Amino acid sequence: MTTSKEKQIIHDQFKEKMDYDELLNCMRCGFCLPSCPTYIESGLKESHSPRGRIALMKAVVDGIIEPDEDVERTLELCLGCRACEPVCPSGVKYGHLLEEARDIINQNKKHSLPAKVIRKTVFEGLFPHPNRMKFATSLLGFYQRSGIQKIAQKSGVMRLFPETMATMEKVLPKAPTLKEMKNRPEFLEAYGKRNKRVAFFSGCLMDTMFLETNNATTKLLQLAGCDIVIPKQQTCCGALHGHSGEKASAKELAKRNIQAFEELEVDYIITNAGGCGAFLVDYDHLLNKDPEWRERAEAFATKIKDVSSILVEMNFFKKPLKLTPQVITYQDSCHLRNVQGTYFEPRTLLKSIEGVTYVEMKEADRCCGSAGIYNIVESEMSMQILDHKMVNAKATNAKTIVTANPGCLLQMKLGIEREGLSHSVRAIHIVDLLLEAVETASLTTSGNVINLNEDKNDIGLTS
Amino acid sequence: MITNQVKQKFIEIVGSENYFDSKTERLVYSYDATPNFQSMPDAVIVPSNKDDVASIVKLCNAYHIPIVPRGSGTNLCAGTCPTEGGLVIIFTRMNQILEIDEENLTVTVQPGVITQDLINAVEQRGLFYPPDPSSMKISTIGGNINENSGGLRGLKYGVTRDYVLALEAVLPNGDIIQTGGKLAKDVAGYDLTRLFVGSEGTLCVITEATLKLIPMPETKKTMLALYEDLEAAARTVSSIIANRIIPTTLEFLDQPTLEVVEDFAKIGLPTDVKAVLLIEQDGTADIVEHDMEKIRTICLKEQAKSVQIAKTTEEAAALTAARRAALSALARLKPTTILEDATVPRSEIAKMVKAINEIAEKYNVKICTFGHAGDGNLHPTVPTDARNEEEMERVEKAFEEIFARAIELGGTITGEHGVGVMKAPYLEWKLGSAGISAMKAIKEAFDPNNIMNPGKVFAKETRKRVVVSK
Repeated sequence: MTTSKEKQIIHDQFKEKMDYDELLNCMRCGFCLPSCPTYIESGLKESHSPRGRIALMKAVVDGIIEPDEDVERTLELCLGCRACEPVCPSGVKYGHLLEEARDIINQNKKHSLPAKVIRKTVFEGLFPHPNRMKFATSLLGFYQRSGIQKIAQKSGVMRLFPETMATMEKVLPKAPTLKEMKNRPEFLEAYGKRNKRVAFFSGCLMDTMFLETNNATTKLLQLAGCDIVIPKQQTCCGALHGHSGEKASAKELAKRNIQAFEELEVDYIITNAGGCGAFLVDYDHLLNKDPEWRERAEAFATKIKDVSSILVEMNFFKKPLKLTPQVITYQDSCHLRNVQGTYFEPRTLLKSIEGVTYVEMKEADRCCGSAGIYNIVESEMSMQILDHKMVNAKATNAKTIVTANPGCLLQMKLGIEREGLSHSVRAIHIVDLLLEAVETASLTTSGNVINLNEDKNDIGLTS
Repeated sequence: MITNQVKQKFIEIVGSENYFDSKTERLVYSYDATPNFQSMPDAVIVPSNKDDVASIVKLCNAYHIPIVPRGSGTNLCAGTCPTEGGLVIIFTRMNQILEIDEENLTVTVQPGVITQDLINAVEQRGLFYPPDPSSMKISTIGGNINENSGGLRGLKYGVTRDYVLALEAVLPNGDIIQTGGKLAKDVAGYDLTRLFVGSEGTLCVITEATLKLIPMPETKKTMLALYEDLEAAARTVSSIIANRIIPTTLEFLDQPTLEVVEDFAKIGLPTDVKAVLLIEQDGTADIVEHDMEKIRTICLKEQAKSVQIAKTTEEAAALTAARRAALSALARLKPTTILEDATVPRSEIAKMVKAINEIAEKYNVKICTFGHAGDGNLHPTVPTDARNEEEMERVEKAFEEIFARAIELGGTITGEHGVGVMKAPYLEWKLGSAGISAMKAIKEAFDPNNIMNPGKVFAKETRKRVVVSK
């Protein structure tokens, strides 16, 4: 329940903080409707469309309606995939409006006790602390390796959890050990001729649970001729906070990251997670009202580049890349595509792999339903969207579904598991597949796979 | 007002999952794409078949509840804004293509079918449904019929009206009637089909439509002619027609429009010229070739700076797609975007373009002009800010003068958007008081309780003509 006092405060803050020009900018033409997954999956309900949500936000500011549960609900059910933005001829920044509205509501509403505990743990206790992330991941590793996981799965205890979580538990990657995670070097030297000097945004989830993917990323960058700096002071990008109405924490994290990267003198800051990249690219908006930080944030944001973009820029697709013959398809990361505008680069890379038949999935640009923690908190809608996605994925006959964001990767794994296809179809992050292609190619040409353990990681350590 | 007792009756018809009256659900159906209009309905209902619709309409008639049939709410005349409250009827559950009849070349659809989906479905069979409003990716066929929508191909192929062969409609008393049929010729009685097309939901609720299809043209070419002079571009339009060539599409975009469209579409449109004409011709390869060459010569003769022909179908498609986004793209300039729909005989297009520019100067407002120049249908558009009352007043005056000028040139106040609330005060300028009386008599005969989209088309007051400066 939102009390009338809370509603009054939320209304006042909407009036004070929402960008009214941006709300007016929506001229309600409806061009966004066909791109909105929740509009489509809700049976074409205007209340679950971008146009509807903007109208509701404006109506709250105008005092025509109260910010009641129904209004909150429509804002909660939005995936934040921002597919409405590139199709909007008026150029409305929907993502920014949503972020602000969610922040106002969340900061002024009393959450139920369990929700409070979960939010506090996730947003304050875990993600902003790299060491705690590592520790939590190592616990997962312990769970997976000790045999408890097998017992848990056999005993059926997972049935006590919501379906998404129970399935998610099965598809999580094998967690690395604490030692592996703590081994992150601060500098890596390019293989061969050095063409660029870049910084690597290692992320929190990516540098723990998906450590292997991060290692594959740096490997590819080295192969492409990049010196890589990986500053230790960097932290979580804050996307999860920003999208869940915790803007103040997001700003704090942003400042820490800007500080960590600003004196490195690099050409680019490379990310390999679509969601993080999009949030980092938006730091200038996040801090635009902060005179001390605005310019620094701009300088940071302009350097952000997705790994697939730099690989294309450095002609990586002309290198020998080979895989055993297979059909592959690509599921866009919404934020990589809709916010960073990166969609042809991953496709260029994938199509350049020898042995691969690339089949474009119908509606590859439609959100998979992962969306941060959306698939856990909005399980029903998320699974409906995923089922729709899997119909299109299956129609490609692909054995490999490639993604570019950890959330999408897990969600596609979830989809494969739900369809009972885990023996014949795999989901993989694009950099992992590219590294696999590099190795296969080198194996067939020289009979020798690149030795992944014996490289410059150790030599290059500056710490 | 809908009482609890009536609400229960609505729920009995459609089920509680298809009847909404929360503030949130009402708010999101309180608007369409028309700027500055918003009004809350009392409830929203989603029927699944014609019998549901008939029961709903009967109930509304008995309790004098206003009905607003709504497609996707993309119209620009406030036609689906529930200005007098009442019940908004949504057709998302009535969105089936019922039949594509390849022998009679017709397609039969429910009103909620999205225009683009219909076009795709028939084109897969090598058939062609020409009406293509800019909103076709979102708009519904039911909405198109009610507003008699036009589009980019209107010049050669006409508008929605020209493709509606038969309708099934629920009258305000709840009767279900059929008009027309799959017939090429039919002169039996009054032409109710034509009466209902463009009736803006004021006479009936359309529950099914049979539309005419034609064979798909063999080929198509797209051309962009660049001008340093606005009026030279406009003269070219009249000149092409006068040379007995009817292109499929003949669109006009001025420089400010080009800039915003390019900002959105990023396809390399020229933004340093005063105007462009986007020209398409379709048909057999030799005719297209011949016509395009003739058009090119005319453009150059009328001082086009250059003429470019799209090299690929993708390039051509990008050009027309960009043009379709023009209105919404203009919203980038200012918070409020007011677009109008003044139409003149195509021989007068240069005079009209000139008049619009003079009027813009006179009232000190920025007017961006684009539109279907080939059929005389221009969209002078003012980027403004509804919060600036003083400017809004000047905008209003400028538009009045534009309409007045259009009528003087033998034109009309709307070519394809409909009257709705936006144009209602000006309708009498076009029809005269006798014309209004005749239309009102029709309305009263069909809908004596005035439940069908009340407040639309007929204004409470007619606007006085402004004095037009010569």
